[in-house]
Amino acid sequence: MIDEETVRHVARLARLRLTPDEQVTMQRELSGILTHVDVIQGLDLDGVAPTTHVIALENVLRDDVPRPSLPPAEALREAPEVIEQAFGVPRMG
Amino acid sequence: MVGLSAEAQIAALRAGEVSSADLVEEQLARAADDPWGSFLRLDADGARARARAIDAAPERPPLAGIPIAVKDVLSTRDIETTCGSRILEGFRPVYTATSVARLEAAGAVVIGKTNMDEFAMGSSTENSAYQLTRNPWDADRVPGGSSGGSAACVAARQAPWSLGSDTGGSIRQPAALCGIVGMKPTYGAVSRYGLIAFASSLDQIGPFARTVRDAALLLSHLVGRDPLDSTSLEWPEPVRVPTAERLDGLRVGLVQELMGEGTEPGVREAVERAMGVVEDLGGTVVPISLPSSEQGLATYYVIAPAECSANLARFDGIRYGARVAAETLLEHYEGTRGALFGPEVKRRIMLGTFALASGYYDQYYGRAQRVRTLIVRDFREAFAQVDLVASPTSPTVAFRLGERTDDPYQMYLADICTIPVSLAGLPALSIPCGLADGLPVGLQLAGPAFSENRLLDAAHALEQAIGFDTLPPGVEG
Repeated sequence: MIDEETVRHVARLARLRLTPDEQVTMQRELSGILTHVDVIQGLDLDGVAPTTHVIALENVLRDDVPRPSLPPAEALREAPEVIEQAFGVPRMG
Repeated sequence: MVGLSAEAQIAALRAGEVSSADLVEEQLARAADDPWGSFLRLDADGARARARAIDAAPERPPLAGIPIAVKDVLSTRDIETTCGSRILEGFRPVYTATSVARLEAAGAVVIGKTNMDEFAMGSSTENSAYQLTRNPWDADRVPGGSSGGSAACVAARQAPWSLGSDTGGSIRQPAALCGIVGMKPTYGAVSRYGLIAFASSLDQIGPFARTVRDAALLLSHLVGRDPLDSTSLEWPEPVRVPTAERLDGLRVGLVQELMGEGTEPGVREAVERAMGVVEDLGGTVVPISLPSSEQGLATYYVIAPAECSANLARFDGIRYGARVAAETLLEHYEGTRGALFGPEVKRRIMLGTFALASGYYDQYYGRAQRVRTLIVRDFREAFAQVDLVASPTSPTVAFRLGERTDDPYQMYLADICTIPVSLAGLPALSIPCGLADGLPVGLQLAGPAFSENRLLDAAHALEQAIGFDTLPPGVEG
């Protein structure tokens, strides 16, 4: 089960503003989902290594060849706010 | 022309019976008349210009002039790409996904972008922030998801084929519900460059088509290493367009865990009939067990949300997309993401952030990664006994719009048959194998990594013997 405080804490970590109604629903729904997810808690996993990637690949490197990159005007063209040649953001706080 | 397979359209173009401009015009007309809600937007002008250029060019690449629809999860340069989300409203990518670029280089003409569950999270396409998509077999039912638009448009003859993406079943399940063919290749087969990421250890791009041969042809142009995706693989052998008519010597394992009470009787019966066809064609069918697949859903709903919570951190309203005005940076992040992500996306970000958070990591993410190992092992043991495994693609036929939207877990159950294969990174496809209550039933076949050719051969032979008519009632052929 997840309590109210955990929902607030996780929402802050995830940078998500939830309305008070959303917090209540989220607490109920996450708790419900975790009841099902908790079947993995009962398994004996002694000596079982984790799988992070299904196809074994190691140290994939590309050749270090110079090539043109995105011009600044294109890199910035989708930004909601541009200040000179940079992305505009509100002050830190 | 819109009733023809892509292969038949290619033949008609080569024989000079039709021009690409006419073909594209016919498909655009069908796509613009869109009672199913398949498309988020069409690129009519762009498609017409490309078709004219192809008609005028002296050289004919293999897919020259053939229309295709693309799921809106794939970036297309200068063409709005929203991923079904408000947070990307108006976003015009500055580059095109490798998969789309490869098809365009082979001459294919993108006619439009298809509807989807927001950020590919869902099994009914009802999580799109923009519109519903309806199942061409029954307009009151869902097309499946998350690639619902890409499935519906092919079933409704709005495009001969399309691209989708599959993380836990998002190609195979909608293909099953819409009565068409859908394939998720081996993890690493197709470059993910330009695919807006959901869960990076699971996401794969693949084809939808009305025939197995068309799916194979499309896949043959997609596979291979891309320097822009370090997880993409050198492909060991070309993907062949299948011709097999028999299944002599093929051993098929029917997954017992997916043929129980959780699966509708009509679906079980259609799959059992298909197993009879396997035997008629000279193959053998044996029961097989994947014991850890019972934990597949739980494992997936830790791993996929965990990866999504990291991947979706990039949507911050600063470099692209929409934003909500705020006084401070923290308020900007929280306000933009809180207002512009939909409920399911927020739920998964929350679940994933929780599973990765200090104090919970070992219990959730760490354990799920170890259960994933057990699932990989189950398949390895199965493939020591059989060549392919078979199961239903979905435990049910298409469900009604709104039927599962109140309970997230009920929606998650829609992918119970497809998720174990995804966790193991294996190739799998769904072909229609019959009807239950007038709605299509999908048969899922999965094989070892890189067994695409064997899978396609088996699927083609079965498809020919089953003779399923992919034309939904009420849709003009």
